[in-house]
Amino acid sequence: MKSLAELQAIKEKMQGKVALREGSGEKRVVVGMATCGIAAGARPVLNAFVEQVNAKGLTPTVTVTQTGCIGICQYEPVVEVFEAGKDKVTYVKMTADKVARVVEEHLEGGKPVAEYMLKA
Amino acid sequence: MKELSLNILDITENSVKAGATLTHIELVETADTLTVTITDDGCGMTEETVRRVTDPFYTTRTTRPVGLGLPLLRMAAEQTGGSVTVESRHRDAHPDNHGTRVTAVFHHRHIDCPPLGDVVSTVITLIQGHPDTDFRFTHTRPTGDPVELDTRQLRQVLEDVPLDSFEVLQWIKGFLDEQYETAAQ
Repeated sequence: MKSLAELQAIKEKMQGKVALREGSGEKRVVVGMATCGIAAGARPVLNAFVEQVNAKGLTPTVTVTQTGCIGICQYEPVVEVFEAGKDKVTYVKMTADKVARVVEEHLEGGKPVAEYMLKA
Repeated sequence: MKELSLNILDITENSVKAGATLTHIELVETADTLTVTITDDGCGMTEETVRRVTDPFYTTRTTRPVGLGLPLLRMAAEQTGGSVTVESRHRDAHPDNHGTRVTAVFHHRHIDCPPLGDVVSTVITLIQGHPDTDFRFTHTRPTGDPVELDTRQLRQVLEDVPLDSFEVLQWIKGFLDEQYETAAQ
């Protein structure tokens, strides 16, 4: 059974890392989680980002956050990626399956996945 | 919404947006009914607002004049022969005791009752998105021990380690999954 003692151990391991987490976030992944996003399937998309960003050890530079309605409900689930000094990238009609490529090619490799982006 | 856990996620987001410091998501199942109660200590709503919240053409959002969260919950409940009630105390009228309670009753044997779905994922998503507010989650079923989680308790252990750390989220998922597995035995 998972115990609070186990959580205590996690705390001790994590405490050293806390300083590293703060003030970082060179890339910010924002998932729209209003009614429109949730109904369209944003929850598994968000969880896939959280898991894969961590699995690849990108947490020092990538943060995953949630926001409300972005205003383009027909394209939900919508994910925006912000990076200092660069234009915002908007991914539309995301699925958990599409997350792997965004994590690998964009968050890790620095090249946005044009195929998943909002076409003008 | 494909599953009720998504409605629960959506409605609880309103509690967070209302500035709640603690939101309690309570699921109580009997042989015939599932009652979902979401209680928060947020800013509350005026009586006028409460009257209008299940109207799809009433919303506080600014991106468009339609808000479907509570109307969708009401539709999901009513199509099973159940109901949704909203009670609220606005902070102007009740400065020391304000907040909102949304109660939805579902007849889960009704053919039109959506599955409850992945509530663990809903809880994890809420904590990941709002690591500085507290959530209490309880799920009582006709048999087995209730499933429980209270982030205030975790916070005491974690001190300055944030609740949205990946390791902590994973622990919470395991903690809830294990309680469901034990209860199912």
